[in-house]
Amino acid sequence: MTARAGRRDTLPGFGLTMGLTLTWLSIIILIPLAGLFLKTFELSLAEFVGIVTSRRTLNALKISFGLAFAAALVNLVMGGIVVWALVRYRFPGRRLFDAIVDIPFALPTAVAGIALTSLFARNGWLGAPLAELGIKVAFTPLGIFMAMVFIGIPFVVRTVQPVLIDLDPEIEEAAASLGADRWQTIRRVILPSLVPALLTGFALAFARAVGEYGSVIFIAGNLPNVSEIAPLLIVIRLAEFRYADATAIAVVMLVAAFLVILVVNRLQHWAQTRIPVH
Amino acid sequence: MSESAIQFYPERATARSEPWLARAIIIGLTMLFLTVFVVLPLAIVFVQAFSHGAGAYFAALTEPESLSAIRLTLAVAAISVGLNLMFGLIAAWAIAKFEFRGKSVLVTLIDLPFSVSPVIAGLVFVLLFGAQGTLGPWLQRHDIQILFAVPGIALATTFVTFPFVSRALIPLMQEQGTLEEEAALSLGASGLQTFFRVTLPNIKWGVLYGVLLCNARAMGEFGAVSVVSGHIRGETNTMPLLVEILYNEYQFVAAFAVASLLALLALVTLVAKTVLERHLDQGRQTRDD
Repeated sequence: MTARAGRRDTLPGFGLTMGLTLTWLSIIILIPLAGLFLKTFELSLAEFVGIVTSRRTLNALKISFGLAFAAALVNLVMGGIVVWALVRYRFPGRRLFDAIVDIPFALPTAVAGIALTSLFARNGWLGAPLAELGIKVAFTPLGIFMAMVFIGIPFVVRTVQPVLIDLDPEIEEAAASLGADRWQTIRRVILPSLVPALLTGFALAFARAVGEYGSVIFIAGNLPNVSEIAPLLIVIRLAEFRYADATAIAVVMLVAAFLVILVVNRLQHWAQTRIPVH
Repeated sequence: MSESAIQFYPERATARSEPWLARAIIIGLTMLFLTVFVVLPLAIVFVQAFSHGAGAYFAALTEPESLSAIRLTLAVAAISVGLNLMFGLIAAWAIAKFEFRGKSVLVTLIDLPFSVSPVIAGLVFVLLFGAQGTLGPWLQRHDIQILFAVPGIALATTFVTFPFVSRALIPLMQEQGTLEEEAALSLGASGLQTFFRVTLPNIKWGVLYGVLLCNARAMGEFGAVSVVSGHIRGETNTMPLLVEILYNEYQFVAAFAVASLLALLALVTLVAKTVLERHLDQGRQTRDD
């Protein structure tokens, strides 16, 4: 990072604050994360592949990534519906519903975990009627999915909301005046300008759900190969002092997280460089 | 031209809205979804906490174990928020007030903890400071305890809450530009005077906003802290960890009682956040005028 201050004459303190920033960032974030990658180099490639492709690890990764993807899809669709209602319509309780969208961000994950578990347990408020229908949620993969949907709610809503608010009403009116019906206007005019924000929200919800631990482990059942998520397997391997195993799983998850960051950055770039909507 | 505009005018009112049935379905789905996934989980925390009456609720909260967890949570949050506040102010100054190459890379790196699983945030410190870790043997020889003690918990919490303050400040300080600071400097103020008398008053709501969110996450962090805490009862259990222990021991009233305090924290945080956002919006509008 070559620090070439463009306005170096104007304000003081660039060198000092930049130096402190880089030092502190390195101590808390970069060196610990680099240590994780270095640790995997103590493994041979065959050992690494052996750990990652073992049945239990593969199943945990499949469960985490698969269910996170499904939950993010639900959040994409439901988030789209929720944000549309919150921005475009006036209905009783709108401001309250708008405010509580952030609850999954603010509520500590362990609290969310036990709350969702007792809600969906066989004798719970929602678990009991669902059990009547023969649907078991708590302590099954479906429970993991529910917790992941919960944790992902704010992402799509909060990334799309400002874009939808700023959307110029005139382009919709223009489409309508040119003879498009409402559905055509939404599909051909509004939706395309929301796509970068929708995909960003989807990617963020997916990344959060993949790494989620606290709100999932209570409701998951945690049966190896069936309802055991990857972060829990890391914790289990650590408790067994199998550090290499824990590290290898963590590296796979970290690389996935980096890929998501890359995708989100590209999406933001795309959103900024396309023709401005207002 | 004007004729056609008039002709199309009646359509303008309906051009941006859907048929009432579609509207009703969208609003209904929104209410149903948010009620099932947000309102009910929140409500059940308080219902369960008070299921055996207020006496059992307060008895659970005044257990020595609960009190020690509350104290530890407050102490860890104070350390982590303090460190991240200092870092956030410094980083925001460097990033928002100057132009340099690699700025977006630096911002991405600062945001990194948001994308890392909390369990991994804990793991990295176990790998550094654990008995088999890089620095483990050295720490043991010098009798320094980091893992399974307050420093480890504070470190892991600082990791997961790292971006909050700088994230709140960078866009705000970028919007405000450097003119006021330049004026103060040209009138003879020192750099620090300029920061404390000009910059800080301008960003005070942003600072509070960042501290608020950082604190909420710090007090509620579970995964990262769980990995480094060692779960020593009465010593290294924060409130979220105590919730887990009590729940797994089927002490549901006690578990939900401690959880209700954390839920209350979340609600207070949200209300305060809404108020602060209003202040920030007002500040933005007066700047635009």
